Amino acid sequence: MNTLVRSATAGLRLPLSQPHLGSALLLLAALLAPALIYPVFLMKFLCLALFACAFNLMLGFVGMLSFGHAAFLSTGGYVTGYLMINSGITPELGVLAGTAASALLGFLFGKLSVKREGIYFAMVTLALSQLVFFFYLQAPFTGGENGMQGIPRGHLFGLIDLSDNLAMYYFVLAVFLIGFGIIFRTIHSPFGQILTAIRENEPRAVSLGYNVRQYKLLAFVISAALAGMAGATKALVFELESLTDAHWHMSGEVVLMTLLGGMGTVFGPVVGAAILVAIATLFSGGELGNYIHIIMGFIFVTCVLAFRRGVVGEFGHFMHKNFPASGFGRPQ
Amino acid sequence: MTTILGINVFALLGQLLVGLINGSFYALLALGLAIIFGLLRIINFAQGALYMLGAFLAWLGLQQLGLNYWLALVLVPLAVGAIGILMERTLIRPIAGQDHLYSLLLTFGVALILQGAFNHWFGSSGQSYPIPDALKGGNNLGFMYLPTYRGWIILVSLVVCLATWWTIEKTRLGAYLRAGTENPQLLQGFGVNVPVMISLTFGFGVGLAGLAGVLAAPVYSVSADMGANLLIVVFAIVVIGGMGSIGGAILTGLAMGVIEGLTKYFYPQASSTVIFMVMVLVLLFKPAGLFGKEA
Repeated sequence: MNTLVRSATAGLRLPLSQPHLGSALLLLAALLAPALIYPVFLMKFLCLALFACAFNLMLGFVGMLSFGHAAFLSTGGYVTGYLMINSGITPELGVLAGTAASALLGFLFGKLSVKREGIYFAMVTLALSQLVFFFYLQAPFTGGENGMQGIPRGHLFGLIDLSDNLAMYYFVLAVFLIGFGIIFRTIHSPFGQILTAIRENEPRAVSLGYNVRQYKLLAFVISAALAGMAGATKALVFELESLTDAHWHMSGEVVLMTLLGGMGTVFGPVVGAAILVAIATLFSGGELGNYIHIIMGFIFVTCVLAFRRGVVGEFGHFMHKNFPASGFGRPQ
Repeated sequence: MTTILGINVFALLGQLLVGLINGSFYALLALGLAIIFGLLRIINFAQGALYMLGAFLAWLGLQQLGLNYWLALVLVPLAVGAIGILMERTLIRPIAGQDHLYSLLLTFGVALILQGAFNHWFGSSGQSYPIPDALKGGNNLGFMYLPTYRGWIILVSLVVCLATWWTIEKTRLGAYLRAGTENPQLLQGFGVNVPVMISLTFGFGVGLAGLAGVLAAPVYSVSADMGANLLIVVFAIVVIGGMGSIGGAILTGLAMGVIEGLTKYFYPQASSTVIFMVMVLVLLFKPAGLFGKEA
């Protein structure tokens, strides 16, 4: 019975006539981007975009608003960081370990929270993530307020040195594409169709015989795992994991990225992440840094009042209305 | 005779008192959330920011206008309530037909703006508000020393909570409110002006947060972030108590404050997390909450 994203689903999907052309152009742009833009900025964007896509799998496609996704981002980062510092494993295994740890945490969160719906679900996830925050604040291995510093990027497969920013960029791009691919496949699988059915009308899905809680739980675990993968990669990029990633502000930021880009659309969270990372970079440092939360608040209010489809959703809606033949915004 | 069974009675009672004071704030904030939820079916994420606003308005009133504590105690909740009514009219009402999650996100945005603005104007270091002369000092109760102001907080909170509970459960006005919770259309059909009632209810719920802010100003430092972390704890308390009853919100708020105080004495490392752990236990064994009615 969740009408949250029903109106926002008329999202951007590549025209069916030339899906491969569009994808190829985007991929080419991603491969060439570091020649034009500072790689660390791009890597931060890709990590947060993956984080937002993972979050959107739950909000946009099942209608579950988690206010605790910072817990998964930070768990991925801390576990990967700890292993990279202390065990000397290779980065791809480190990221996998961080992803697995977040999946496990997502399973625990999900077990506790999928019983509750809507607003309660949001409050339960927020409270659980605050529990995780206090754990990381006090646990000896996280470095508390100072953060976990000096995480080595290591050698990919033991061969390629990732301390070079360009090599690291292509590693991050590969991780992003894998994560994005998993989400894309999930959404367009029979499993994803059932998730959408639950979002549209939960009692109907129950009466059709689906075990709705199991489906929600699995969606939660996939979302948490990919959020952890984003956090693990982000920790390698910055060679640092800090409490900022575990704070509820981060949970709010990922909601904003998804809302701004267009929840329930495949590319919306990517666009939302790009806009927010750009704003954060623009305002970082100096006096303007103080304004960032005020601006985020205004974007939130504006989006909810007047812009609920988000950038990508509005674009898809516009194209669908004016150029139905273009194939944009075809209802699912 | 200060220790019984290895327990330092004075330290324990001291922590219990601190717990009761925290519980008083939890109860006031949870009560406000419960009242608003009852009629509007939304969770006001800005409740913590409005609590902070109440404390700041009291502090600003004293600094700029020489407004004393007693006037602030009356005027500030009214001002915060008026801001709440304005918020309900201009922001929340236009999205009344939408999914309730949108109103959660909207009030979250309002909270970010308020906190960001006060952080910008006053910095992150706290301001201090003097305890009013009449409430300075304390009483020796024989077994412990009770600072007068702390007793005052508990007294005001209990009186306000009980009066609110009595009004809602026992009076005609409360009957309208409960009817509006059950079926607003039908109540409107009986000639009650439901939109005005919704505005006033929202204003009252938010005003409780403002009152809590004024009460908190002399004991906690007044800073932009004072409401944010408190609100997450209150959310956990709301989940523990469930949204079924007004009395449930008050009792759970006070009880969780006391449990937190006990934890501070017996195992201080867990004092910041104990309420969340209680929430986990409640979710495992009674998912609807202790006083909850919804499934």
